[in-house]
Amino acid sequence: MIRFSLKKKLHGAQGDFLLELEFEMGADELIVILGPSGSGKTTLLRMLAGLEKPEEGYIEVKGEVWYDSKRGINLPPQKRDVGFVFQDYALFPNMSLFENIAFGMKKKDPQKVMELLRLAGLEQLKDKKPSGLSGGQKQRVALLRALAKEPKLLLLDEPLSALDPETAITLREEIKKFQRSFNIPTIMVSHNREDALSLASRVLLLSEGKIKSVGKPKDVLFSRRESPKFSLNGIVLEKEIAEYACILSVAVGSEVVQVVAPKDQEKEFKPGDRVLLSTKAFVPIVRKTEAVLKKSL
Amino acid sequence: MNSLDLTPFWLTLELSFWTTLILLFLGIPLAHFLAHGRSRWISLVEALVSLPLVLPPTVLGFYLLLALNKEGFIGSLWYRLFGKQLVFHFEGILIASVIYSLPMMVHPLTAGFRSVPKNLIEASYTLGKSKWETLIKVILPNMKASVLTGIVLSFAHTLGEFGVVLMVGGNIEGETRVVSIAIYSAVEALDYTTAHVYAFVLLLFSVFSLTALYVLNRRWSLL
Repeated sequence: MIRFSLKKKLHGAQGDFLLELEFEMGADELIVILGPSGSGKTTLLRMLAGLEKPEEGYIEVKGEVWYDSKRGINLPPQKRDVGFVFQDYALFPNMSLFENIAFGMKKKDPQKVMELLRLAGLEQLKDKKPSGLSGGQKQRVALLRALAKEPKLLLLDEPLSALDPETAITLREEIKKFQRSFNIPTIMVSHNREDALSLASRVLLLSEGKIKSVGKPKDVLFSRRESPKFSLNGIVLEKEIAEYACILSVAVGSEVVQVVAPKDQEKEFKPGDRVLLSTKAFVPIVRKTEAVLKKSL
Repeated sequence: MNSLDLTPFWLTLELSFWTTLILLFLGIPLAHFLAHGRSRWISLVEALVSLPLVLPPTVLGFYLLLALNKEGFIGSLWYRLFGKQLVFHFEGILIASVIYSLPMMVHPLTAGFRSVPKNLIEASYTLGKSKWETLIKVILPNMKASVLTGIVLSFAHTLGEFGVVLMVGGNIEGETRVVSIAIYSAVEALDYTTAHVYAFVLLLFSVFSLTALYVLNRRWSLL
């Protein structure tokens, strides 16, 4: 169980505002925090990690108090046992991949490092320095480095936003896989609804430092409005098999939509597939947008 | 040509070596403070560090002579501790060199500390490493070109030091007569052959060390 309540004054582009929130999460949850830039998402993560100091509140992780303004407790980041993954990876350029991953381990265990490298398909590059890697590989190493110390809480600060969409999809799957197998409570900051939909156990919408809504991704993200578009290109994010049909969640541009596919076609689709959404029979809704021109004779 | 006296060379190398070593240990905390400190005195400290660049060596030497002599603030303390004078001794010119070459070490190191991305340091903290361990394993290895620049510049600058040494140390054989002063007294005694040899060796050595510095820096910056 992780509980925190934090208060801090922030300086935004539209003036100062107060970051003020209270939250509780279970030990196996993956929370995705969504919100526009400047809403305090990253500051929240940094306060949890001990890199920034809140003005008031408390942080309690699995029975340990990390911060409590009333009792004057404020553990430094070194003592908080978090894994932090930075948006721009922050790999140590002077160390090999192996050394990067082993760096934070409480007990150096070369076999475990190799196992992690193998999981990510990077064992051949173990002696390489990070500078030659692709963005996706770098972020994979950063994730492994944070996991290798088996933290009590994993914090991901927009880990996919610097990657191209295809790499982001693969890595998103890996984050899911790792989080499940390591079973570490995770908070991920993102501005991408796809992240929320395919990873989150719960989504937290943040706006101007306050929680706007919180709940299951589908409840928070989907409104009941129908899409007025006729034909759209998209990428399958998730497949859910219901009783009579198969429900696909598809990313279309920056939007995410759900569509129903016949159950017998279910095998054709898997997450990551590019698809074309269209409707055959529809009733167009026509509305006048301009005054009709005067009849001319 | 009479056989060449090599003592000034050894003395110069010894002085440069110790000066550089002391500056390295002094320069790292000082540069760290200048790069990341939040004191309101920081600009004053920065100015004091840079002072030897703009002051004539004689001015610096004059004040050092006042401070280091037997009645001076530092000199009297030293005399009471070790029963020995600082001025006209090796230890005296060593202190003078450290102050004189301070900017040569501190400026590159400060630039180095500023160049290491903040999130590398924060990543190291979240991975459980203390400030000290982060300095040794993350910060310094990622600014090694700056460390090398500081070392080579301090060493080369001390090699060529003249005015301050002359003011504080005088011209005492085997104690304070470094190469630059040996050249000066050889020229005064119209012994141009000795002056030529000393000058040429110093010139070669300086060219060599600076070239080595730039070659290494170029190679490291490509990493």
